[in-house]
Amino acid sequence: MTRIDAKFAALRETGTKAFVAYVMAGDPDLDTSLQLVKGLPDAGVDIIELGLPFTDPMADGTTIQLAGQRALEGGMTLDRTLDMVRRFREGDDTTPIVMMGYYNPIYSRGVDRFLEQAKEAGIDGLIIVDLPPEEDEELCIPAQAAGLNFIRLATPTTDDKRLPKVLQNTSGFVYYVSITGITGAAEAQATDVGPEVARIKAATDLPVIVGFGIKTPDASESIASVADGCVVGSAIVSELASGKPVSEVLNFVKTLADGAHRA
Amino acid sequence: MNDLFNSFMTGPDEKGRFGIFGGRFVSETLMPLILELEEQYERAKTDDSFWAEMEFLWKHYVGRPSPLYFAERLTEHLGGAKVYMKRDELNHTGAHKINNVLGQIILARRMGKTRIIAETGAGQHGVATATVCAKFGLKCVVYMGAHDVERQQPNVFRMKLLGAEVVPVTSGRGTLKDAMNDALRDWVTNVRDTFYCIGTVAGPHPYPAMVRDFQSIIGKEAKEQMLEAEGRLPDTIIAAIGGGSNAMGLFYPFLDDKEVEIIGVEAGGKGVNAKMEHCASLTGGRPGVLHGNRTYLLQDDDGQILEGYSISAGLDYPGIGPEHSWLHDIGRAQYVAITDKEALEAFQLCCATEGIIPALEPSHALAHVMKIAPDLPKDHIICMNMCGRGDKDIYSVARHLGIDMGEEGR
Repeated sequence: MTRIDAKFAALRETGTKAFVAYVMAGDPDLDTSLQLVKGLPDAGVDIIELGLPFTDPMADGTTIQLAGQRALEGGMTLDRTLDMVRRFREGDDTTPIVMMGYYNPIYSRGVDRFLEQAKEAGIDGLIIVDLPPEEDEELCIPAQAAGLNFIRLATPTTDDKRLPKVLQNTSGFVYYVSITGITGAAEAQATDVGPEVARIKAATDLPVIVGFGIKTPDASESIASVADGCVVGSAIVSELASGKPVSEVLNFVKTLADGAHRA
Repeated sequence: MNDLFNSFMTGPDEKGRFGIFGGRFVSETLMPLILELEEQYERAKTDDSFWAEMEFLWKHYVGRPSPLYFAERLTEHLGGAKVYMKRDELNHTGAHKINNVLGQIILARRMGKTRIIAETGAGQHGVATATVCAKFGLKCVVYMGAHDVERQQPNVFRMKLLGAEVVPVTSGRGTLKDAMNDALRDWVTNVRDTFYCIGTVAGPHPYPAMVRDFQSIIGKEAKEQMLEAEGRLPDTIIAAIGGGSNAMGLFYPFLDDKEVEIIGVEAGGKGVNAKMEHCASLTGGRPGVLHGNRTYLLQDDDGQILEGYSISAGLDYPGIGPEHSWLHDIGRAQYVAITDKEALEAFQLCCATEGIIPALEPSHALAHVMKIAPDLPKDHIICMNMCGRGDKDIYSVARHLGIDMGEEGR
């Protein structure tokens, strides 16, 4: 049982929805970023999604693209991202951390070596945007074998015929992408998302978490109410980018988490 | 005779791989679209009416077949091998790009898509796409790096005249790779009505194979024309490579003719050095995953993609088509790098000896011809792909030669 499985088991017992926060590792620098991540659990975050910066984030909107650029310009690397996780784990052994990013930095490291290092650092799951089920042998299957969850994205274009293929090697939870588009773009609507989540839940026992296009505490509440939880990324990243101190960003995160937890 | 079990022409496999290269590294949102494209392309490939439409337009709209031309004065000047040029620069829009665009747009129309998006570097693929979209009355949006928009104004204006919307891309560093990122972001947002017309033999499967098939008309014609002119196949075929579509188009029909030597020429920029002032992915890169496929990439130790550099905006891409990566690794083709300086010399020599102003891209191929031809016997036949004309490049050539063209040269 990974930290992710344990977290969902605990949430299920209290009937609480999960709130997942995305932040970019090393944005704008390692110290600020670590300070923010360390504060997330107290702000009500159930699962931390930690972005691994990449030069060519094809599924991301401007907000997260710029965050990645800031991180890279600040000298962020895969090693430093792993180190950040280790330092977080010194004070928190229960909050799950999912690494979200693109395949090339991992491929470049070497899959086996990466998995060993990620596991040792305290990462619990992976969301790798450019690895669809068709490429499962690359990382998904080795990751599961190494005891890491591989969390798959399901999208509005994933039809009923394709859904079983998407769910087949997924573990931890299913990440439903609420819109066709990139992160931080259009707003997700609970009326559109609800039936889609129901469709996925009918095909799996895994929790379904919804992300993309959720920007406010109200949206957090309304989307979480039709799923097992929700993810907010760009809205948090923009708060940080606007130059607000970490404490204020965490206050904003708390309002989002409270929204989801009210649902 | 070709040995069926030892053919180089059977790739990609059902997973879209050429050896370890290629594949389908895209987000889940795009995956169903790519599978649909593959299905529709497979259907079109065996449909005579699809090819009949292509052939009609190739002939009457593009002006195919393009001539195979014996460059007599250049041959004399070099004093060795016989040099032939496959004149794809004479195509409508001035480059080989339109061969592929026609195929993809005909396919897009069959699929009921009404909006076409494309990425472009130098603007040749953008112009070709805008052209064919104008012909068929389709909406066209072209993503172009802001930096390239600045240095390729004539092509930007051409695209606008042709009715296309040109979107300057400021994400990343505003070059071709960023334009491709933004085109993919557009596609993931507009999944229902939009067709992504990729300009080179890269991207997720089926693009590398599909674009190669559409460009193979170059090699097919060259083979027939060479048999007619010389009664035999060439000894060496040479083409320039950015993403590698003109090269794949020339090479593919010759892959199983094992007596034919195949040479791809990458952009060596200021030299294949540690500062990465070049775009020679095979010479100076290593395998990685970007833009939907695994291939050789310019990248740092941490797997972050590096910007390439070349005098030629059309070669300015940190990757290369996956089939080239495979041909490189198995040794069927040889890949070399040519510097800006060498390409500029070839550009000028071609103008002066043949009365042909070549684009900077094929000037790289020509520069390699200049290197090897003098030492080869007079009965050695070289066929190089003159894949584009140089009108678009005269301003940047003037700049590099230190000639002031005033306002117009900006």
